[in-house]
Amino acid sequence: MRLELREAHVKDVQWGSKTCIENNVLYVDKTEALSVVSGDDRFTSLDLDLARPGESVRIIPVKDVIEPRYKVEGRGGCFPGFISGTETVGNGATLVLKGAGVITVGPIVGIQEGLIDMSGPGADYNPYGNTNNVVLVEEPVEGLEKHEYETALREAGLKLANYLAEKCREAKVDSTRVFEMPDSIEERNEQCKDLPKFVYVYMGISQGLLHDTFIYGMDLKYMLPTILDPNEVMDGAVVSANCVSACDKQNTFHHQNNPVIEELYARHGKDLNFLGVIATTELMTLAGKVRSSDYVVKLSKMLGAEVAIVTEEGCGNPDTDLCMNCQKLEKAGIKTVIIGNEVSGQDGSSQGLADVVPEMNAYVSCGNINEVVDLPAMDKIIGDVRAISNLSGGDGKALHEDGSITCEIQSIIGSTNELGFSRIGCEWT
Amino acid sequence: MTKRVVCYINQFFAGMGGEDTAHVPPEVRQEVVGPAMQIDSLFGEEAQVVGTVICGDSYYGENIEEARSASLEMIKDLEPDLVIAGPAFNAGRYGFACGDICSSVTEELGIPAVTGMYNENPGVDLYGKRTYIVSVADSARGMRKALPKMVQLACKILNKEKLEPARLEGYLHRGIRKNFFHEETGAQRGVEMALAKVRGEAFRTEYEMPVFKKITPAPPVKDISKATIALCTSGGIVPKGNPEKIRVSSAMKWAKEDISGLEDLTPDNFESIHGGYDRTWALEDPDRVLPLDMLKQLEKEGAIGKIFEYACYTTGTATSVANSEKFGQEIGELLKKEGVDAAILTST
Repeated sequence: MRLELREAHVKDVQWGSKTCIENNVLYVDKTEALSVVSGDDRFTSLDLDLARPGESVRIIPVKDVIEPRYKVEGRGGCFPGFISGTETVGNGATLVLKGAGVITVGPIVGIQEGLIDMSGPGADYNPYGNTNNVVLVEEPVEGLEKHEYETALREAGLKLANYLAEKCREAKVDSTRVFEMPDSIEERNEQCKDLPKFVYVYMGISQGLLHDTFIYGMDLKYMLPTILDPNEVMDGAVVSANCVSACDKQNTFHHQNNPVIEELYARHGKDLNFLGVIATTELMTLAGKVRSSDYVVKLSKMLGAEVAIVTEEGCGNPDTDLCMNCQKLEKAGIKTVIIGNEVSGQDGSSQGLADVVPEMNAYVSCGNINEVVDLPAMDKIIGDVRAISNLSGGDGKALHEDGSITCEIQSIIGSTNELGFSRIGCEWT
Repeated sequence: MTKRVVCYINQFFAGMGGEDTAHVPPEVRQEVVGPAMQIDSLFGEEAQVVGTVICGDSYYGENIEEARSASLEMIKDLEPDLVIAGPAFNAGRYGFACGDICSSVTEELGIPAVTGMYNENPGVDLYGKRTYIVSVADSARGMRKALPKMVQLACKILNKEKLEPARLEGYLHRGIRKNFFHEETGAQRGVEMALAKVRGEAFRTEYEMPVFKKITPAPPVKDISKATIALCTSGGIVPKGNPEKIRVSSAMKWAKEDISGLEDLTPDNFESIHGGYDRTWALEDPDRVLPLDMLKQLEKEGAIGKIFEYACYTTGTATSVANSEKFGQEIGELLKKEGVDAAILTST
């Protein structure tokens, strides 16, 4: 597969009479952009707002973040199975509005959304304090069932992201990244003689009940673990549909820019042989956990893997999936490294996982989700700041009279992302 | 203003003798004695050692309360900004005294303290969570290397500088996890670690797996038809309005509610506040998580003896294992005291 990610760099976002990029400024025709997402009778009102890096802006409660993209060459479209067909993606060229984000806001569950700060200490915890964001705020019709609400908001966000990039398809491309690898494992082995053979085990939350992930529009919880070419992930095949704790839910943006795939790609042919991605489940039932972890090992062995990097999504219940994957891979002779986070309590003195196995001896820690942070008041709120009292990681005392917030970093979107997106990590003190 | 430091050492390092003088009680000297001399010079302009408290190791070990309170009085009178004890290397009794002094100075006087020990000194196990113990060699031959490390950490604490992780600051960690920003992303660290692991090279896991306690299950209930059964849940089922303000995730407490007058949980009397699952069906009928209705039926049929009058509840999602363990012990104590024979604990 050969994929070109053609990146038009976005350094600012402004309202304009036409949606386009000029001199690295993304102009958004608000009326037209709204028309793309309107007409859905599940919403009573829709509105857009803008949030730029460094501004005194807090966005809350956030559901998802999406990078605006549009497929300019090759089969398929962005977000296959949702707003385009289900053709295999990962070939051709895709335009990326690098430095831009679409943020969807709404209290679907009221508990499992999060916040994004555009400045101050909160902005250090995720990529979105540095992206120029178009924020979609809507009012659902009264009594809209939660699953319907989630679906509606997910679809609206994807549409908006695709629309923005499509309108910018003539934009100047500032940088191009090429992801290219032979299709067959045989050729990869030939290309990377004697280099250790890596698979990436990509766990996605798939417990149902609003804890879902989609691949090519398919609900992961109904799938057996499957093999993906890294290019498919980098071209938008994986979409977030979940409402779990803000800190460790993988946003669609994270999937589109999966840092483990980027890193394995960068070292493919030099230090390692990247055989492929095994997308796997985090199911509710024990039978499901056993089936999927066995399956992961089977697929790894079929590919000839010697090393596996496993990333988790969420914490608590999925720790068991993580343990099973790790233990079974190691027992099959496949060296395994885990990327996850910790739930070590507000004082940091608790053990950090709900389940452990001795084979989990190479663990990258992406932070303690319970650590408490003080976030200063912001001049502007997009959404409703009172949501913090119900968010996971917040409570009734989180919001102070002056508008500042004291909460666990659990409430901040992507703060302890378990793909290892950021530089955060937990250490002993 | 130069900061004030008080040193604590034993009789041996004060030059008073070995075992023969290990029984001397605490004394204070308004001067630098033994290693305090070197410590004072290492501080340079940063701080000054204003006094040395000396106590025999045996005396401290055999008269802990007296030794501690007398030493603390002496230290308090010198009004230090920080206390340095030892280093004790691998000397067990000295390590105990240093750990005890440092922990007490911090906890009772609010004054930060630093000591130094070999990692196998029994004082580390006893006091490692309560004070800063710099990792030093196993014998006094390591003095020259130990003191600069201790003084460096002391300076950072005195200047209220942000401390790096324990492994970088050179102290034995206190069992506290804290977030830092690394040079590399988690993904980069992961790939690097995997390469090292497959190459058979040394690598440092970022989290050593804790060892879980094995809980022995209670023996089976002899006669369930006579048993008192308690209902407990970590599924976030709370009385309507959440009067005890249980957190939606990372719970800090549990609570109990009198259910003796209820036949059924309904959206009018109970609700789910849990932050980890879709509450649609639990809100519709809280019995789905805390099955009072079924248990009442069994009670009427005589299948069980009776239902304990209180339901114990909390939220399990993102709640630390330490808190969970504490809740479990407290709930267990209550149930035991009230003569409950068995409990149904529902999770979600």
